[in-house]
Amino acid sequence: MLELAAARQQFRRALVIAWKDIRIYYSKGPVIIFGVLFPIFLFLSFTIGRHLTADFIIPGLLGMILFFMATSISPIVMPWEAQARTLERLISCPVKPETIVMGDIIASFTFGAAISVVPVIIGLFMGITISNPLILALAIILAAICFAALGVIFSIPPTNIPATINMIATVVKFPVVFISGIFIPLSELPVWGQWIAYISPLTYFTDIARSYIQGQGYLPPAIDFAALIGFTAVFLLVAMYMHRKTMPMRI
Amino acid sequence: MPDAVPVNSAAIEVRNLTKRYGAVTAVDNIGFAVGTGEFFGFLGPNGAGKTTTVRILTGVIEADNGVALLKGYRAGSLKAKQISGVVPEMANAYVDLSAWDNLMLMAEIYGVASSKAKERSQALLESLGLLERKDSLVKTYSKGMKQRLILGMALVSDPEVLFLDEPTSGLDVQSTRLIKDLLRSLNAGGKTIFLTTHDMDEANQLCDRVAIINKSKIIAIDAPEKLRMATSGRHSVEVSFTESVNPESLARLPGVKEFEKVGDKYRLYTDNPGKLVTTLVNYSSDAGLKIVTLNTLAPSLEDAFVALTGVEARHA
Repeated sequence: MLELAAARQQFRRALVIAWKDIRIYYSKGPVIIFGVLFPIFLFLSFTIGRHLTADFIIPGLLGMILFFMATSISPIVMPWEAQARTLERLISCPVKPETIVMGDIIASFTFGAAISVVPVIIGLFMGITISNPLILALAIILAAICFAALGVIFSIPPTNIPATINMIATVVKFPVVFISGIFIPLSELPVWGQWIAYISPLTYFTDIARSYIQGQGYLPPAIDFAALIGFTAVFLLVAMYMHRKTMPMRI
Repeated sequence: MPDAVPVNSAAIEVRNLTKRYGAVTAVDNIGFAVGTGEFFGFLGPNGAGKTTTVRILTGVIEADNGVALLKGYRAGSLKAKQISGVVPEMANAYVDLSAWDNLMLMAEIYGVASSKAKERSQALLESLGLLERKDSLVKTYSKGMKQRLILGMALVSDPEVLFLDEPTSGLDVQSTRLIKDLLRSLNAGGKTIFLTTHDMDEANQLCDRVAIINKSKIIAIDAPEKLRMATSGRHSVEVSFTESVNPESLARLPGVKEFEKVGDKYRLYTDNPGKLVTTLVNYSSDAGLKIVTLNTLAPSLEDAFVALTGVEARHA
């Protein structure tokens, strides 16, 4: 019981840290550039003039915006705090390193989940139908946690320069977008291409979105969900474990 | 390692503490205890290991060896952190938030009830001279205002033990004085304070006891007065006369070990300043001289520091 109370206390404090992140970072350059502008322009450049249907466009746009937004602030919070000299204070507070990481993930998740409403609304105006909104919402929440945790992994190297971390993140994020069935559906990929696609968590979210918006996914949704849950668990564990090691090196 | 249960009245207890960074030993097998309600100074030149020690005590880094306990709880444990307030060296508040929001943030992280947090923040901002600017973003604050706010953030949880790492370094006179006054009154109210500084005057004015750390090791722990007095051979008497005197005759007076001309005064070093004063008075009346000033000078904490560390304090 005592441990449960302590865990709840740490979770409450993670929410406090997340709320701080949200208030401080929502208007920062990287969020707007990497979270909003980048995916929109990237997407437009691949869809304009290709006579694609809204049913095909929206799941891809949703996947991409969610992925870019949820990974936009989680990588930079840690180096930013270290550079701004607020991190030492935060570590000396009665919170575990995992609580700080969790706070950053929650903030990033919130941004990702919130922004995903935009492509869904655009889609509804374009005439898409969502066969099971509740399951799609669940998938959005799960994927937002997964991508936010991935974002935090990018900031494991203990550099205190946000731009360096952003570079690492960008190098990973762009290939991921191209192998995840956003521009070319899984069914049209060669077998080796599909195997590459399976190493990207974004593939499974896009596939779920196609199942419930386009009406046809490539994999059964149960497998997509299982894969997303697996990726989320691994990302969370790696993020917590590694940040515990590297956090003191930032001071 | 489970958190130990508090057993004694020591607020801070450190034994055999060692921290290495690669081949460099930042803190080398140090030990000391700070009593509850004590104002303890940690004095040493830059790079001596002061900040490393504070960071271990506040749970920012872990020691390689040894024991560090706060009120019996392992340093770095949530319980130890919960009872600590920290002003880290060169720290900053969140500059994109207002002073008020920074205080509320700290209160929430420490789990302080909202009504209590508001009440305390109001009082703290007032005593720190920041009440009028409480809603301004911290990025518009001066360095002194920021540092005062950071002290406020350390106090909003009403900690039992307060750690300050060079809190007045590079600040304006007004902020320095305000911070020192506040620290004094906090200590008078029963708070245990652990202060690192390289400023001798500050340690001398504030601390009940000081530890002097040099090259990663503690070389002395005592009350500032005792450290000063223990520095032998540095007692002196300073005297000046209305007319010029023959320096040789002063140097030959009984009990004078060393002799030095300082401006228009003469400084005579002795083991027995009381006796030398009498000798000087007799000397002046015999020679028909008038004394303008006559002061006995004990060694300063700076003298003690120099004698103990071999470091020129001004560059420390």
